Amino acid sequence: MSDAVESIPRTDDSTLRTEEMTLNMGPQHPSTHGVLRFVIRADGEVMREAVPDVGYLHRSIEKIAEKVGYHGFMPYTDRVDYVCAMFTNQGWGMACEKLGNIEVPRRGEYCRVIAAEFNRIASHLLTVGLMGMDIGAMTPFLHALREREMINDLIEELCGARLTFNYMRIGGVAWDLPPGWREKALAYLDHLEPILEEYNALFSYNQICVQRLANVAPISAEEAINYNLVGPNLRASGVKWDVRKDMPYSAYRDFDFDVPVGRGQWGTVGDSMDRYMMRIYEMRESAKILRQALTNMPDGPVLAKVVRNFRPPAGECQVRVESARGDQGWYVVSDGTGYPWRVHVRTGSFAAMGMIQKLSRGLMIADLVVLIASLDVIAPEIDR
Amino acid sequence: MQHWIDTLIAAGKFGRNPPHDLVYAIFIFVLSAVVFLGVAFPFAGIVSWVERRVWARIQSRVGPNRVGPNGSLQWLADGAKHVFKEDVIPDEADARLFKLAPYVVVLGYVLPWAVMPFSSTLILADLNVGILYFTAITALTVVGVLMAGWASDNKWSLIGGIRSAAQIISYEIPAGMSIFPVVLMTGTLSMQGIIQAQEWEPYHWFLFANPFCFVAAIVLYVSALAEGNRTPFDLPEAESELVAGFATEYSGMRYLLFFFAEWGNMFIAGALITTLYLGGWQAPHLSDNRVVMNVLQLVSFNLKVLFLVFTSMWVRGTLPRVRIDQMMSLCWKFFVPIAFLDMIGTALWVAIWPDGNLVAGYVMFALGLALTALFIQRVVYYLKRSRMEIYLHPTI
Repeated sequence: MSDAVESIPRTDDSTLRTEEMTLNMGPQHPSTHGVLRFVIRADGEVMREAVPDVGYLHRSIEKIAEKVGYHGFMPYTDRVDYVCAMFTNQGWGMACEKLGNIEVPRRGEYCRVIAAEFNRIASHLLTVGLMGMDIGAMTPFLHALREREMINDLIEELCGARLTFNYMRIGGVAWDLPPGWREKALAYLDHLEPILEEYNALFSYNQICVQRLANVAPISAEEAINYNLVGPNLRASGVKWDVRKDMPYSAYRDFDFDVPVGRGQWGTVGDSMDRYMMRIYEMRESAKILRQALTNMPDGPVLAKVVRNFRPPAGECQVRVESARGDQGWYVVSDGTGYPWRVHVRTGSFAAMGMIQKLSRGLMIADLVVLIASLDVIAPEIDR
Repeated sequence: MQHWIDTLIAAGKFGRNPPHDLVYAIFIFVLSAVVFLGVAFPFAGIVSWVERRVWARIQSRVGPNRVGPNGSLQWLADGAKHVFKEDVIPDEADARLFKLAPYVVVLGYVLPWAVMPFSSTLILADLNVGILYFTAITALTVVGVLMAGWASDNKWSLIGGIRSAAQIISYEIPAGMSIFPVVLMTGTLSMQGIIQAQEWEPYHWFLFANPFCFVAAIVLYVSALAEGNRTPFDLPEAESELVAGFATEYSGMRYLLFFFAEWGNMFIAGALITTLYLGGWQAPHLSDNRVVMNVLQLVSFNLKVLFLVFTSMWVRGTLPRVRIDQMMSLCWKFFVPIAFLDMIGTALWVAIWPDGNLVAGYVMFALGLALTALFIQRVVYYLKRSRMEIYLHPTI
């Protein structure tokens, strides 16, 4: 911890000597989205630098995988990123299927896509809502959570859980869609699209909101690639890269959808406003995918036959899933036993976290909150 | 008020030849106790409940609805809870300043009630410098907030306190200058004098007296929001940035007192604007009975003020918070020049039409009505095209 403080370089470039203060933001701070800590060196309201200090939420999830086996690890993956647990489920499932050469039934893939895209909408709703709360407006947050609640209801009907789903299995999903669920899901999508317009009118295009977000901490495309940003954060900088489109997995090849990129209508390309709006655009695209998936669902089983004592052949594999927080990599090494030899998860929030120190130079303290919210950093995903 | 006490003394109600100063002092204590404990304190409490309900409605929640009918006694329950909480004073804090700060803030809230013109007779002290006293004494809040920020010995508190000082002192200037147009037109600083210069009809209000006054009233309203630490200017206690700003280290009743003053200050700000620009207690002359007229005036005054209080809750439920540099540039680059222009414009207006220009009043009033109609139309438009009702009938 003291390392973080010591690593800040001292700057004496100003002619007017003012005393800098070291502020400790977190781990218990209302706007750090979980248990984050920043050591801020600030001159009044302007930050010289904010150094992130991660590790407060480390639960050794990767090590647990080596002890509980392939099937048993599925519920633990929910905890890697509890805001969008479907993607971690899917990532683990896909890695095991690749290792064990298991073919997922077509309907199973569709169920996965439906569950995951609903989860993406839920996660993005939370993100845009939290952005509202972080810049001081409670109403958008509660309106967004109201909509998210309905998705939680839908997913609860689907798999019995509202946050840590444990819906997917190696070789497919645990249950087929319940009767009548499809109609409810379509009704929700009809409801969602006007709501996004209303949300934009209420909050996104509000002049104060635009002024708070536009031109704050812009990231150029080159920088974003160098710092390994992924997902919406990368696309906001104008890089058109989406794993669903560029390296199609699951059933994503069947759907027609766009990959929105940041254009910088409000300020610079890749500023906080672009990153924020990226979530709104992606919700629309997700709704598009969901409509197609729900209408064109094939019949058949949802779960492939996988032996209970699952022992994939020795080898290693790497799969990538486009999670709500971007390209999520699962690296699994098998030694032929019933337990993985090594598991590693590469998450979007961790990469975003690495960039905060550079971006924070010269920002104001209020902007740091905006920056964290716009990068959509979720603490459990950083530390795992 | 003094006149009334004098007549009571002359009538021998307090014995023969009572010491006048003592009688005055007793009356001051009793009346201020009645006003503070009977009006000011319950008002702040009830406003806290109303605000939470209004806010909840805006956010499609329910809000507090358990204690008393519709939760209307929630503020009493909260107050009782806070009184019984431990009063934590941090080791490193400057204990004396730390303890004193909430009282200074509350003082800034209760003292303006002395010149609050509820009706033509219901006013504690009709000072001849009433409006000056009003603005001066409300600025006391900043002293308390700065004190709290400094004494807490917490960097977040300190930033909150400094922000508050910068904000309130800056916005005092446009707020103060937005008062000048009215003073120029009436030639008096007394609250009652200003109200008596207006009539109950809206086109006789100073809001519509001339275009400069209209702008000045808006500047005053926004500045009052900023001085009361209300959204979008609630930077001193910005909970997402500064934890709880200057109040971070406070707990129990002392913590409550800050927010108590904040809720109450909405009324104070509303009363100031009502007095200056919305005709104060002026009510239609329906009866010759003094009591009936006073009640009418009381209702008229309170309706206007409560409307402004409601607007401030509405704004709080809608807008995000501005950044500190945006807030300062809004003040110094826009409001201060505009306020200056208003002052000069009104001075010229008064020089040309010393007795006012009623035609301008009618035109401005019509414009005001048109603006209101436009606003209502916008709101109705959004209400109509807003979401359809959906209920997914969750099975579990």
